[in-house]
Amino acid sequence: MGIETLISGLPGTAAQGIIYGIMALGIFITFKLLNFADLSVDGSFATGGAVAAMVIISGKSWILAITLAFVAGALAGMITGVLHTIFGIPDILAGILTQLALYSINLRITRNQPNTPISVDKYNLAVSLRYKEDALVTVFVMAVIIIAIMYWFFGTEMGSAIRATGTNPAMSKAQGINVNYMKALGLVISNALVAFAGALSAQFNGNADVNMGRGAIVIGLASIIIGEVICNAIFKKRRNFVLTLSFVVFGGILYYLFIAIVLWLKMPANDMKLFTAIIVAIFLAVPYLKSVSNSSFRKAARRGGKENA
Amino acid sequence: MLNAMNLQKTFNPGTINEKIALAGATLNLQEGEFCTVIGGNGAGKSTFLNAVAGVWPVDGGSITIDGIDVTGLPEHKRAKYLGRVFQDPMTGTAANMQIDENMALAARRGKSRGLGWGVTRSERAHYHEMLKELDLGLEDRLTAKVGLLSGGQRQALTLLMATIQKPKLLLLDEHTAALDPKTAAKVLEITDMLIKEHGLTAMMVTHNMRDAINYGNRLIMMNEGRVILNISGEEKRI
Repeated sequence: MGIETLISGLPGTAAQGIIYGIMALGIFITFKLLNFADLSVDGSFATGGAVAAMVIISGKSWILAITLAFVAGALAGMITGVLHTIFGIPDILAGILTQLALYSINLRITRNQPNTPISVDKYNLAVSLRYKEDALVTVFVMAVIIIAIMYWFFGTEMGSAIRATGTNPAMSKAQGINVNYMKALGLVISNALVAFAGALSAQFNGNADVNMGRGAIVIGLASIIIGEVICNAIFKKRRNFVLTLSFVVFGGILYYLFIAIVLWLKMPANDMKLFTAIIVAIFLAVPYLKSVSNSSFRKAARRGGKENA
Repeated sequence: MLNAMNLQKTFNPGTINEKIALAGATLNLQEGEFCTVIGGNGAGKSTFLNAVAGVWPVDGGSITIDGIDVTGLPEHKRAKYLGRVFQDPMTGTAANMQIDENMALAARRGKSRGLGWGVTRSERAHYHEMLKELDLGLEDRLTAKVGLLSGGQRQALTLLMATIQKPKLLLLDEHTAALDPKTAAKVLEITDMLIKEHGLTAMMVTHNMRDAINYGNRLIMMNEGRVILNISGEEKRI
């Protein structure tokens, strides 16, 4: 296969990348702002897809489908929030429990079908792989709107309280912030966004699969970290919140472009999760190793040796 | 202003780590009193302040602030009456947030947080003036992340945040202990200035005997979870 197939597929690659980017924006809220490693997203991404598919099959519009997926994701986030704040279950475990429970719930939503096809021939969808260019424009506009809303919200009193809860819970309590409420609220918004992205992804690919969320958290982290590394490299200290959010989405595009290239090189699709894990590991390790090498004892010894000589 | 009656607190009850931290501590503070608290390690000074702040519920006794019984209120609900500065400069501020955002968080203590702007333009101008009075050069760094500030600057900022809305009671838990002597003196000076300026009721835990005597108009000494010495006014200077 020539490079033309890769290039002609680019709009679709970018569209899927932006959808992952929107999901990563949701994960950004818990991972970066709340300092909460929320693993429920693997479940809520599939929940979004399942809910959207069933609403569309019932003949309702895609707008309702996406809205209900958003609400379902919010409920999923609330469950993790309740498990963590009311029942005192540690963050990672609370997320894993929700994720596990959602697997069964997602199957119930799709009436026990592991895969629910929603063909663009039969239904009116928001985005579809069939119309790549249109889909790209649609998801791009959605991403811009979501970034704008997030920029606004995290600058409000309530949004600031969520951020304060994430950086310093002790201080937040002393300033009268109900940290349990803020954590739960952050989880609700995060999972709602993730399910929203799941609803888009299901429509784009023409089916909702019970396994579509597997590895969502890692893809999200990959987007966040890739975006952060590149944003830091380009803008350094001039980074601001809008740029950070935009680069999360950009990270999603780059991540999926990389996957597309790997697939184009005819590597086995089953190895994809392995590649994803390696990419995330590399992007996590590089900034760390760089900082270590900048302040290494060996270099210090060499500097000291030169001065003594 | 503060009426703490017969406070009891035991940590890890029923285990080998059982520790009776408060054993009937009682203290009455009138409005405008600045009370310094001394005592050895484990005497219950910080525990007493944490009991008043509501970090955990007390096992016995009652706490009233300005006539309001707060014994059953959780920490974030009591926060509206209290200003607090901690021993560790990292505790009192949110490192990842800007100076103005931190001050705005404090300005909304005890109020409901809605969808209005987190920091308004007029607030920023006001904060600029407040920081100028501190004379630490912070007024031109309103949008700097608090994590970039030194320990002394962070404590001074925390003090400002604690008093940005007049608290009914200011709780200072060894807030100069982690600072070098020069910075500690400066932060104490700011403390005294803010307390006098706003006519605050305050409690300050300190290990420095001279500070305990020089500052404030009331002094208590704690031992084994009780207040064992309680002197006020000029007599404490003798």
